[in-house]
Amino acid sequence: MAITLAQALNTALHDAMADDDRVVVFGEDVGTLGGVFRITDKLQQRFGEGRCFDTPLAESGIVGTAIGMALYGYKPVVEMQFDGFTYPAYEQIVSHLAKMRNRSRGTVQLPVVVRIPFGGGIGAVEHHSESPENYFAHTAGLKVVAPGTPADAYSLLRESIASPDPVIFFEPKRRYWLKEEADLPVRTEPIGRAVVRRQGTTATLYAYGPMVRTCLEAAQAAEAEGWDLEVVDLRSLNPLDTDTIVASAQKTGHALVVHEAQVFAGFGAEVAATVTERAFYSLEAPVLRVGGFDIPYPPAKLEEFFLPDVDRILDAVERSLAFS
Amino acid sequence: MGIDADPSDLLPSAEPVRLLDETGTLREVDGFPLDLKEDDHRALYRWMVLSRRVDRQAINLQRQGQLGVYASLLGQEAAQVGSAYVLAEQDWAFPSYREMGVALVRGVDPASTLHLFRGTWFADYDPHRHNFGLPSIPIGTQALHAAGYAMAAKLDGRDLVTVAYFGDGATSEGDPHEAMNFAAVYDAACVFFVQNNQYAISVPLSKQTKAPTIAHKAIGYGMPGYRVDGNDVLATCAVMRKAVDRARNGGGPSLVEAVTYRMESHTTADDAARYRTDEELAQWRRRDPIARFEAFLNAEGLLDDRLREEIDAEAERLATRMREAVYDAPHGDPMELFDHVYVDPPARFAEQRDLLRRELGEGGAPATPAGGEREAS
Repeated sequence: MAITLAQALNTALHDAMADDDRVVVFGEDVGTLGGVFRITDKLQQRFGEGRCFDTPLAESGIVGTAIGMALYGYKPVVEMQFDGFTYPAYEQIVSHLAKMRNRSRGTVQLPVVVRIPFGGGIGAVEHHSESPENYFAHTAGLKVVAPGTPADAYSLLRESIASPDPVIFFEPKRRYWLKEEADLPVRTEPIGRAVVRRQGTTATLYAYGPMVRTCLEAAQAAEAEGWDLEVVDLRSLNPLDTDTIVASAQKTGHALVVHEAQVFAGFGAEVAATVTERAFYSLEAPVLRVGGFDIPYPPAKLEEFFLPDVDRILDAVERSLAFS
Repeated sequence: MGIDADPSDLLPSAEPVRLLDETGTLREVDGFPLDLKEDDHRALYRWMVLSRRVDRQAINLQRQGQLGVYASLLGQEAAQVGSAYVLAEQDWAFPSYREMGVALVRGVDPASTLHLFRGTWFADYDPHRHNFGLPSIPIGTQALHAAGYAMAAKLDGRDLVTVAYFGDGATSEGDPHEAMNFAAVYDAACVFFVQNNQYAISVPLSKQTKAPTIAHKAIGYGMPGYRVDGNDVLATCAVMRKAVDRARNGGGPSLVEAVTYRMESHTTADDAARYRTDEELAQWRRRDPIARFEAFLNAEGLLDDRLREEIDAEAERLATRMREAVYDAPHGDPMELFDHVYVDPPARFAEQRDLLRRELGEGGAPATPAGGEREAS
């Protein structure tokens, strides 16, 4: 059955709450409204106000109380309404959610999932289109997950909720309406495994979240040039599946990493370093990064000039191939 | 929208609630009944004396180079012991880094709290065993954990109260504000206990807030604010008893401001002489919480030499245990640094462990060859 990525996430929450009554969902507008993107639709009607509730408008409060509830024994799944509103919660995430298990010598576990709709492409106002994933990928103690397909959205969210470690779960908001075949409940590859979405031989495109679809479109367009591109969906930034990353680079010899986030000190640098360290002798070109410019996210009418698209990706592929 | 009750009921009394004056004479105050028996009085005294001894031992260990730094509670014994004493076993306390007295009352071995200050780990007690959270250093952040824990207990139908411990400086931060708001909105059984010790390192309360008192802030959250003489252990017990009972009976959160004074510097790394006067110190020395309570106990005939000697001997035993636990104790196993970060660590941890093991001269696997295999050319 064809379902949207948003439906897959909503079903994952319904199923997780039905399976485990310690799972609680809270955040801004997640109860009565069902979330501004309807990802938490009908959870409150089905499971009651105790297990799915609206909070005061305070992101640090949401994550900080989630930590307290997790200490008690619940499994909170909290929503940051938009990427750009995550920052008030940054201290609770970095200083406590990520560190408390280590601080306690393992006596405390915090099975909290922080859901963050991220990325642009929906014509939103300022602060609603950001890609802050690298702040969290850089933080020891967190897992950072970013699905790009409906099936992965379901499976990775279920696995994140079951995880004893805290997970920052990035949802590609411009792909909420992406529809694909998936029979729920579906179990895809686990967190920490990358998946080759398209086999190819000419060059590898690494992507996650919203850019997986864009890279597949680029690969299709590249056929006209006679290029056979491989697309690797990273799915999880931490842990990172270096084996799959390296194997693909060894196979194609040309590696490009694509994300919406600003390139400078972005996650692409980590992938580039990984490929360079482990597949150096297989490379026929330096690893190239394709992403947003190193500027604040632009206003809606100009975002198309900021976001990587098929043209920017294929331009980079051409530069890579020019080395060999 | 109208106002149901007279909101002025939420305001604190004009003066801090005080039951013992500076000479140790007891005067009961309406609305804050004392439910303490003679044994409770002796127990409060014992905890305060132990807290002071443990605190002095930690300061000495720092001066001897055994601890890197230490944050003293000297002067705040009544506030800490009195507030913790009224808690039931199932209740939880969420401390900052200056709560050695609360830790003691919760049954935490003081030696196990010294890792933080010695730099050998961050804590070495199980929070779930003592219902005492880990020390929280980012100011006021633990208040949200206390609120969340109380929200969880309510959802689970448990009779349980949490206490968030923080200081006057923390009231300027966002998290205690969000915590008080959350707790009030959800009627969570959480008491916010502020030890107003007058200074946030060097910055006095007058530069933290224009509110008439910290306790006045409670009305903004729709919860009662109480102000208590934090150097009066009986008053602290009485006020906290009221706040805790209220929370336990479903009445929701409240804010208690204990007016006290940090007799030592912020930490052993600080020099309070740069920002406080001798006159001010002398004034607060006259309000010493232990001397005041001792005067009361003596007048009541509750403290004899034998009990005093017993408590002093116990304090010495505790101090000895702290010294023995710390003196020349190993700095910990560097390999443990990887052990607790994740339940399910990323694969690269294995490589980094190997790297550290090699640096330690303990063998370990050779480094991954850079760049993979070089192809024959």
